[in-house]
Amino acid sequence: MTIREVIEVLSGQILVDNHELDNDVPMGGAADLMSDVLAFGTEGMVLMTGLTNPQTVRTAEMAGIEVVVFVRDKTPPPETIALARDLGITLIRTGYTMYEACGRLYNAGLPGRGLVKIENNSW
Amino acid sequence: MTTQEITKVQELIYTTRVETVMATNVVVVDPSMTMGEVKRLMQEKRISGAPVMRGDTMVGIVSMTDVLDVTEQGLLGDPVTRHMTREVKTILKDSSVLEAVSNLDRQGFARLPVVDQNGRLVGIVTTGTMIRALLREMDISFQKKEAEKLQSYRARHIFQDIVSDDTSVILRFVVAEKDFDNAGKAASAIKKSLQRLGVIPSIVRRVAVAVYEAEMNLVIHTDVGGVITVDVRSRRIKINAVDHGPGIEDVVKVLQPGYSTAPEWIRDMGFGAGMGLANIKRCADVMKLLSGPGSGTRLDIEFLLDNDGSGGRMDASKKT
Ligand SMILES: Nc1ncnc2c1ncn2[C@@H]1O[C@H](COP(=O)(O)OP(=O)(O)O)[C@@H](O)[C@H]1O
Ligand SMILES: [Mg+2]
Repeated sequence: MTIREVIEVLSGQILVDNHELDNDVPMGGAADLMSDVLAFGTEGMVLMTGLTNPQTVRTAEMAGIEVVVFVRDKTPPPETIALARDLGITLIRTGYTMYEACGRLYNAGLPGRGLVKIENNSW
Repeated sequence: MTTQEITKVQELIYTTRVETVMATNVVVVDPSMTMGEVKRLMQEKRISGAPVMRGDTMVGIVSMTDVLDVTEQGLLGDPVTRHMTREVKTILKDSSVLEAVSNLDRQGFARLPVVDQNGRLVGIVTTGTMIRALLREMDISFQKKEAEKLQSYRARHIFQDIVSDDTSVILRFVVAEKDFDNAGKAASAIKKSLQRLGVIPSIVRRVAVAVYEAEMNLVIHTDVGGVITVDVRSRRIKINAVDHGPGIEDVVKVLQPGYSTAPEWIRDMGFGAGMGLANIKRCADVMKLLSGPGSGTRLDIEFLLDNDGSGGRMDASKKT
C-alpha cells in the first residue's frame, strides 16, 4: 500500500511530510508502549499510536519506522514535529480511533506481522 | 558539481530506464488531419512533434519543422500523411536512458516514441523530458543521501587506514536521569556513527534498539544518570551502560518480559512495559547484567560483526 492510500483510507492529514506519497509501506502495527514498538516493530512499517511525545519519534527512528500515524486526531507538541523533521520521519494524523484506524487499513489490504510468541524471549 | 555527483549522473544515465523518464500523456495526430490542423494542435498543446496514429498503429511522425516547411510552401491544407516522416525510429521502454540519449543526438531525432514489447506506443521522450527526469532524481534529498554515503565511505576506512593489531573506536555518552527531552540522543548518535562506520543495517538496528532501551533505563530507573560506552572494533561491538544508581535486587526477575517497577507517569509516556531488558537480550549476541541493591548497575552487551553479515547468529530483522 502506498503512503497516499494510507492517508486516503484514514482520511488523514500530513503533519510532517518526508516521503514521496507513492512510496510503499509493507505492513502496519499499533502500540502505545514504546518497548512494544522496539520489540515487534519491523523496518518500514506504519506505526499507529496515541502517544505524541518526542520519544515516539525517537522510538520510530531506532526501530527503522518512517511513517507514524497519530490516532484520535491527537496533535503532537512542536518538539515532536521538529524531531520528525530532523530525522526524516513522516507524521500523519487521523480522526479515527486506534481500533478503527487499524481496522480500516487492514481491511484495505495492509497486513500486520502475524503471530508473535514471547515465551522465553525468543520472539 | 563535485566528482561524486558527476558519477551519479553517469550512473543514472546507465541505470535509469526510458520508461521512468518518458512523458506518458502523448499527444497523437490522426492521419485524417490536415497540416493546418496539426499546426494548431501543436501550438495549443505546446509540443514540437507528434506520432501519427491510425488506431493502435503508428504510421508516421510529424514535427514542427515539417509544419514550418509546409507553411512556407502554402500547403497547410495538405493531409498530414503527405508530409510526415514514415520511417519512425522508436525505442523500447526497457532501454536505458543512455541509449535514448545517443539515438537522440547521434541520429538527429528530436523525439523518440517509446513502445512496449508488442510495439504499442506507451510514451515519448525528448531531451527535455529526460533532463527534467534526471534533475528530479538528483533532488535535494538525494544529494543528502549521497553526502551521507561519502561520509560513511571515509569513516569506514578507519579500520584499514589506521594500522594496529586491534583498532577500536570508542564513543562515550553521558546520560542524565529523568531528562526526557534528551533521552534517546545517545542511541541516535550511536546509530548514525555505526552507519558511517559501515556496519551492516540489520546489526545497526539491533544495536540501536538495545542501546535505546539501555539509555531509557538510565533515564528512568536511576537518580544519578549514567554513562554509555561503545567500543567498535572490526569484528565486534562491545557496549556497556554503567550507573551508580539504586541497583537491582533480583537480576533474573528483571529479565522477564513484563516485569517493571516503573511508576505510572512513566507508563503514561509509553515506557515501563517491562520489555526493555528482554528486548536487549534478544538483540544482543552476548548480554551480562551486574547489579545489587545500592551498588549501581552495569550492563554489558556485545554484537558480533561477521563480514558475511550473518553476525554469527540469526539475523533479528529476518525473523519478522
Ligand atoms: N539501570 C537500572 N537501575 C535500576 N534498576 C533498573 C535499571 N535497569 C532496569 N532496572 C529494573 O529492571 C526493571 C525492568 O527493566 P526493563 O526490562 O527495561 O523494563 P522497564 O524499563 O520497562 O521497567 C525495571 O523496571 C527496573 O526495576
Ligand atoms: Mg526499560
